[in-house]
Amino acid sequence: MEKRVRILVAKPGLDGHDRGAKVVARALRDAGFEVIYTGLRQTPEQIAEAALQEDVNVIALSLLSGAHNHLFPRIVELIREKGMTDVLIIGGGVIPDADIPALKTAGISEVFTPGTSTTTIIDYINANVK
Amino acid sequence: MNIADELLKGSRLALSRAITAVENEYDDAVNIMQELYPRTGNAHVIGITGPPGAGKSTLTDKLAKEYRRQGKTVGIIAIDPTSPFSGGAILGDRIRMNELTLDQGVFIRSMGTRGSLGGLSRKTSEAIKILDAFGFDVVLVETVGVGQSEVDIVKTADTTLVVLVPGLGDDIQAIKAGILEIGDVFAINKADHEGVDRLHTELEMMLDLNQTKIAWRPPIQRVIANRGEGISELAEAIEKQIAQSKESGQFIKRRTDRTRTELLSMLDEQVGRFVRKKLSVYGKFDEVVASVEKREKNPYAVVDDIMANILRQ
Repeated sequence: MEKRVRILVAKPGLDGHDRGAKVVARALRDAGFEVIYTGLRQTPEQIAEAALQEDVNVIALSLLSGAHNHLFPRIVELIREKGMTDVLIIGGGVIPDADIPALKTAGISEVFTPGTSTTTIIDYINANVK
Repeated sequence: MNIADELLKGSRLALSRAITAVENEYDDAVNIMQELYPRTGNAHVIGITGPPGAGKSTLTDKLAKEYRRQGKTVGIIAIDPTSPFSGGAILGDRIRMNELTLDQGVFIRSMGTRGSLGGLSRKTSEAIKILDAFGFDVVLVETVGVGQSEVDIVKTADTTLVVLVPGLGDDIQAIKAGILEIGDVFAINKADHEGVDRLHTELEMMLDLNQTKIAWRPPIQRVIANRGEGISELAEAIEKQIAQSKESGQFIKRRTDRTRTELLSMLDEQVGRFVRKKLSVYGKFDEVVASVEKREKNPYAVVDDIMANILRQ
C-alpha cells in the first residue's frame, strides 16, 4: 500500500461561504488525495486539533472574511506547537496581494487567490508535500 | 521518536502517527502493533452502521457525548468511501462532530475504505487496537453508508448498532437479509418523521421471527439524533446488551472468533507474500501465464506444480 497524501480542508473564521472550499476538496479527491473536510466556522484551535487527529500532510485554509492576517498565522503557530513541523500549510480566498508576503513569513507556504485553477493547487501540493 | 512508547505515555501525536503507519503499511507498523497488542482488549467496541443518510455521524456524535457525560473516554473511527477511480476520498463525518474536537477525552480519526468492500477500511481493526491500547474506554466505529451486504462490522465490534430511518420505501423488505441480521441493538432515527410506527412494527415482527439470536432479542430504540432525544436510553440498551453478552459467554466467544479470523488472515497474507517472493525468483512466471492463457497448460496443474516446487526447496 503506497502512502496516501491526506489534506485537511478547513474554513476558519466567520464567513459562511464554502463553495470554493468544496470545489477545491472535490478536485483534490479527484487527484487521488484523501480530503478531510470539517465544515464552516472553525476556530484555529479546532483546525489544529483536527489536523493532529487526522495526521494530515497538508492543511488547506479557505477564508473570505478578511481575517486571514490574524487567523492564518495563529493556525501555523498552533500546528507547530503540537509538534507537527512537517505539515504543508496553504491558504486561499479573497486575500489582497499586499498581505501575501507577511503570510508567507508567518509560515503559510503559498496563497492562492480567486481565479487560480485547481490544477495549479494540485501541482503545488504534489511538488511540495513531505 | 518511538511511536509505541510515546503513545503509551499518552502522546496524541504518537497515537495519530501510529494509525498512519498502520494504514500506509510503513516498515515500523508491525513493531508498533507488537508493542501495543498486550495493552489491548479493554475497550468496548461499538459498531454503528446503517444506510447512507440514516444519521450515523450525528448519532455517533451524540452517543460520544453521552459516554463523556458518564465520565468515559471515547475513540472514534469514521469511515467514508474511497473513490474507485482516483483513489481519493472526501472524509466528511467530522462535520457532525466538531463540538468534540477540542475534548481531550475524545479522539476522532477519519479513514477511507481504500478498496475494502465490507463497510470498513482495510486497517480498521488495527486502528481500533491502537485506540484501545491508548486507553479509550469506548471505541465507536462508524461504517460507510451500507446497503445489504456490508457486514464486516459484526466481525469487528463487541456491539453492533444498526441505525434505520423511516421513509426509505418498503424498508424492511429491501434489507431483510444482511445488515438486519447483524444488529445487537437497533435505533430508529428521525423518529419524528412519517412512517416511524410502520417501520417499528415491521422491525419488531422481523426480529420475532429471527431464531438465531434467541438468547438476546435485539431491542429497538427510537431516537431523534439531531435533538439528542432517546440517546441515554440507547446507551442504556447498549449497556444491557454488553452485560448480557458477557454473562451468556457470547462476548468471549465473539472475541475468540475474531482472534482466530485475524490470525488466519495474517497467516494467509504472510504465506501469500512468501509464495510471491518465491515466484519472482522463479523468473518465468509471465511465460507460465501466457501458456495457461493459450490453453497449453491448465491453471490447476500449474498451481500444484508451483507449490510442490516451492515446498521442495
